[in-house]
Amino acid sequence: MGKKGKMSRAEKNEAMWGLLFVAPTMIGLFVLNFYPIVYTIYQSFCKTGDFGRGNVFVGLSNYEGVLTSSEFWGSLVNTVKYALIEVPFGIALGLLLAVFLNRKIAFRSGYRTIFFLPMVAAPAAVAMVWKFLYNQQFGLLNNLFGLNIAWISDSNIAWISIGVIGVWSIVGYNMILFLSGLQEIPHDYYEAAMIDGASGIQQFFHVTVPLLSATTFFILQTRIIGALQVFDLIYMVMDTTNQALSSVQSVVYLFYKYAFTNGNRGYGAAIVVCMLVFIMAITFLLQRAEKKWVYYD
Amino acid sequence: MDSYKTKQRMTQGLIHVILIVVSITMLVPFLWMLLTAFKTLSESTSVNPFVIFPSSWKLDNFVSVWKNYNFLYLYKNTILMIFWRVVCAVLTATLAGYAFGRLNFPGKNLLFSLVLIQMMVPSQIFIIPQYAMISKLGWMNTMAGLVFPGVVTAFGTFLLKQGYQGLPKSLEEAAAIDGCSIPQRFLFIMAPLTRSAMVSLGIFTAVFAYKDLMWPMIVSTKIEKTTLSAALAKMQVHYSSYYPELLAAALMASLPMIVLYLVFQKQFIEGIATSGSKL
Repeated sequence: MGKKGKMSRAEKNEAMWGLLFVAPTMIGLFVLNFYPIVYTIYQSFCKTGDFGRGNVFVGLSNYEGVLTSSEFWGSLVNTVKYALIEVPFGIALGLLLAVFLNRKIAFRSGYRTIFFLPMVAAPAAVAMVWKFLYNQQFGLLNNLFGLNIAWISDSNIAWISIGVIGVWSIVGYNMILFLSGLQEIPHDYYEAAMIDGASGIQQFFHVTVPLLSATTFFILQTRIIGALQVFDLIYMVMDTTNQALSSVQSVVYLFYKYAFTNGNRGYGAAIVVCMLVFIMAITFLLQRAEKKWVYYD
Repeated sequence: MDSYKTKQRMTQGLIHVILIVVSITMLVPFLWMLLTAFKTLSESTSVNPFVIFPSSWKLDNFVSVWKNYNFLYLYKNTILMIFWRVVCAVLTATLAGYAFGRLNFPGKNLLFSLVLIQMMVPSQIFIIPQYAMISKLGWMNTMAGLVFPGVVTAFGTFLLKQGYQGLPKSLEEAAAIDGCSIPQRFLFIMAPLTRSAMVSLGIFTAVFAYKDLMWPMIVSTKIEKTTLSAALAKMQVHYSSYYPELLAAALMASLPMIVLYLVFQKQFIEGIATSGSKL
């Protein structure tokens, strides 16, 4: 584009339409997202009663409260523990299934349909049925295998049980993303590997894995960030009276509890700002790692 | 060669075994939802012997939750919320995507980097102020309140921009020579060519609006004004351990989307996968 004042009529016309076309989105993003970021940060320095009144500036005291509470650090540990189950298992299983379904195999699209099914179910409904499956007395799991495990009320086990629901929910999604990545790998590579006498497993590690690294990294990144925002499953499965709640509640759970159940919005805002900083730090580290690990051809 | 074939067949068999085990794991929760929804309370809590199939397939539980929680409203609210969010998101993202992908205008790079920044920020950071706006506007328990955070979409803008950038330049140049104005080029030539990106965004928006739990819980506190997901959360408190009723409700909430998915599988999977992989 030419310098200002030197625009031709056609260029001016294009600029006008361009600005007009992006206007709804940009105005929306400012009102719904950018102003709220600023407002949330402001709110985190305030003590609040109801909205519109009683927004008293209290400096860093909310942050002091958050950062010195074992509840917050505990929830951060819980969130990371959840991610440590959901992300690696969801990805490994998703990749395995994608590799299987990338072959010529009977009932292929049927399997694909089934694996993707949890992706279209509401987490609230899914969580309800899992809660019942996990029920110590009447649940299918204990009765089927003759066990007596307190799946969701024993604090040593509950975080794993929640993680399992997370893996179950996401594995089909990861699989679909891997499948589209796999389809982009040219067949020549496998043919060349076969001529060199590489076994199926060798082909997997020396052809599939390196050529899929961009897809894998993308899934890894989005799943880490997604898992760190876990809320629905925990909110639905863990009753407020559940003694294992403190060993499972996530940062977003805590945010919801303070900001909306307890109405302490300043404190809730401080929690969510801390989470933002944490997620941004992780994103930054992942971006740096990408340059090292990912193989782009 | 023969041993190669048997080995091949054994691998194939082993893969099927693994795939079937995973399939069962994926389906059991849905099956259990279905079976429990038809059971009586005593069947659902009977342990000795453990009951798998309900003794009769009566709709009592469905009728009971339907009456207590006017499902007609829940369906209506959910469908309308999805409808408005999809319409708004696809419309605004198509316009912005075309501009970012095809036109030159001052501030383009800056504005687009703002779009990218929004995509990186976790959405919980927006919720307190969005709620404050809704309550100031008096939009609590209204359709406008439910739709509000979804009227524009940074992610959709990005997705559509990619779509427009992928189209050949010659198309538009030819139209420009023929004297088509920018809105005409957009409306009659370019927009129809990004139909698949629009469908992807529409499905993606619909599924995520349907699954969302926190926002409807916050802005629609009245049961007759809320969505299926948020209503399930309320029911769980009310029915506590009456699982036949709860799971009848969960089934009614899940079934429409599952049926849609089974009918439009290809579009669903492609829509969510392309949206995901271009993010």
